[in-house]
Amino acid sequence: MSVPQPERPYVVELREVTKEYGGGVRALRGVSLLVERGELVAIAGPSGSGKSTLLHLIGTLDRPTTGTVRIAGHDVAGLSDRELSALRARHLGFVFQQFHLAPGVSALDNVADGLLYSGTPLRARRDRAAAALERVGLGHRLGHRPNQLSGGEQQRVAVARAVAGDPPLLLADEPTGNLDSAAGGEVLGVLRDLHAAGTTIAVITHDPEIAEWCPRQVRVRDGRVVADAGAGTGRRPPGPNPKRTPEPAPDAGTAGAAKGAPR
Amino acid sequence: MTRQRPAPARLGPSDVLRTGAAGLRTRPARVVLSALGIAIGIATMIAVLGISSSSREQLLRQLDRLGTNLLTVAPGQTMFGEEAKLPVEALGMVRRIGPVRTASATGTVDTTIRRTDRIPKAVTGGIAVQAATADLLTTLEGRVVTGAWLNAATEARPAVVLGAKAAERLGISRTGVQVWMGERWFTVVGVLGPMPLAPEIERSALVGFPAAEKYLAFDGHPTTVYERSAEESVEAVRAVLPRTVNPENPEEVTVSRPSDALAARAAAASAFTNLLLGLGAVALLVGGVGVANTMVISVLERRKEIGLRRSLGATRGQVRLQFLAESLLLSALGGIAGAVLGGLATAGYALSRDWPPVVPAWAFAGAVGATLVIGTLAGLYPAMRAARLSPTVALATT
Ligand SMILES: Nc1ncnc2c1ncn2[C@@H]1O[C@H](COP(=O)(O)OP(=O)(O)OP(=O)(O)O)[C@@H](O)[C@H]1O
Ligand SMILES: [Mg+2]
Repeated sequence: MSVPQPERPYVVELREVTKEYGGGVRALRGVSLLVERGELVAIAGPSGSGKSTLLHLIGTLDRPTTGTVRIAGHDVAGLSDRELSALRARHLGFVFQQFHLAPGVSALDNVADGLLYSGTPLRARRDRAAAALERVGLGHRLGHRPNQLSGGEQQRVAVARAVAGDPPLLLADEPTGNLDSAAGGEVLGVLRDLHAAGTTIAVITHDPEIAEWCPRQVRVRDGRVVADAGAGTGRRPPGPNPKRTPEPAPDAGTAGAAKGAPR
Repeated sequence: MTRQRPAPARLGPSDVLRTGAAGLRTRPARVVLSALGIAIGIATMIAVLGISSSSREQLLRQLDRLGTNLLTVAPGQTMFGEEAKLPVEALGMVRRIGPVRTASATGTVDTTIRRTDRIPKAVTGGIAVQAATADLLTTLEGRVVTGAWLNAATEARPAVVLGAKAAERLGISRTGVQVWMGERWFTVVGVLGPMPLAPEIERSALVGFPAAEKYLAFDGHPTTVYERSAEESVEAVRAVLPRTVNPENPEEVTVSRPSDALAARAAAASAFTNLLLGLGAVALLVGGVGVANTMVISVLERRKEIGLRRSLGATRGQVRLQFLAESLLLSALGGIAGAVLGGLATAGYALSRDWPPVVPAWAFAGAVGATLVIGTLAGLYPAMRAARLSPTVALATT
């Protein structure tokens, strides 16, 4: 049961969360994490530390073994699988290391399909998809299919899909993991713009540069949070883009992303 | 403010179709191959049903055109097992029955017809020589193709009219030709068209009663009396015919209705049709298994897509629906292709035989039903598997 709690403006609220997998693997061993609206948080840690597991729990793709997970005020334990699906459709956007774009489908329709389960009619889905692609600097590539786009552009399409419905929380698992430095820079630029426009973002990374770039870092090791500046510290703007090459990129898309109008 | 429990949005029918079609669009070759089995099954069944209905329709139309009010009277056997004879006055008696509109007779003449006198007598070509009354053509509603039917003048002269088959066998297609009958020449004055209700006339050479008696030693006894009455009195006429024709020995008279044979053919569903239907059903079943197989593979291949859709907010039900829709679309494609092919095959075959092409509506309805059932059955298990997949496992697949 969810109870009214106006004193807790947290988008993400994890309390003493543990996750055990079959075979006695304890991926999380008591994690508490609070994220306020509008923060940009890096979740960093070595491989196998439990970052992805944490992201799955925040993303309501999985349930904790013990502890409380509350997303946008909803206690996950009190919601059915159907209701969790609805929660994801309305409140969450995901970006994965592999872009997960549908092959042979235009960028516009890939993004529009991100709104399929939110009850938006097709026409409105396409309009919002076009706007989201504009936001990530791909307004001129609407009709292109994934195989006609560079890796960075594909990941920006994936970001556009995740944010087309304006979810309050964007979760990104190694969004630059498959990209070279310049393409990674494009994606970080988009994240920065979204952050500036008010979206709450959690980025999983094992790249220290990217972690440093985020205003707030949550460091995970062996299933525990070992360092965290605390809720609210992620509201500041991020530092200078660690991946961006000094001279402006020739691709018009990057410039477009930088100019992307905050909403 | 109490938080509302989040409720998933409903997917509209067009969105269900779009997601179902999404999986098919990118794999056209596989779609064609797996829909093929269903297409073949449906096409076979539609064509079999269509062709047999077309043939039945053709028979029924023919019956309609020919009428069912024609009765024939023929001699049966005597009590002692000998060939009976109809009395010479039989035709006149039949004409006197109230509801009878027209009656005529033929009588078998014991002779042969040959192109020349040099052809041996034994070579008859299966052609019977018969005496015919002048109104035979009216009673049978037959048609002359060349020349003319016997009239008051020609029925007493050595003139002969040939049935369609008889003319064909003799190789005669024009009038004026001389043929050797009995011990003299006769002149062909006409050739008749086909007579579906009296095939024996098609194989006959017909001369007038007076001519037969005069030139061919015919005894004047009719061997068949043809009679038409009003449709509604056929049974009544049939009941009185034997006693009318042969008051002394009514049991020596056989009455039959030539249209019954056609009607029986129209009613019969041949064993061959049933066999072909069974084959079609087997093809359909195999097609269904093919679709199920394709769907299982599709689910295995698209675990990541399933994980992504779940992360985008798809419920288990919506994932299930997507794969069911895909399976239904796949079998519907096969079904539509099969129905079209079956319809074309029916039309082609029927038109080549001059039949009216008919596919019963229920056959199409059955095809639609079978397709839906197969699509559902084939998609059910794969769709359940897709829906059961946990989103994290699906996304972790590499
Ligand atoms: N489905 C699973 N079943 C069993 N063990 C699992 C499962 N998923 C993850 N684990 C284990 O849980 C631990 C944490 O895994 P997780 O994927 O969260 O790490 P990570 O920090 O994301 O690592 P990486 O940086 O390599 O992606 C690991 O030891 C992993 O082997
Ligand atoms: Mg990981």
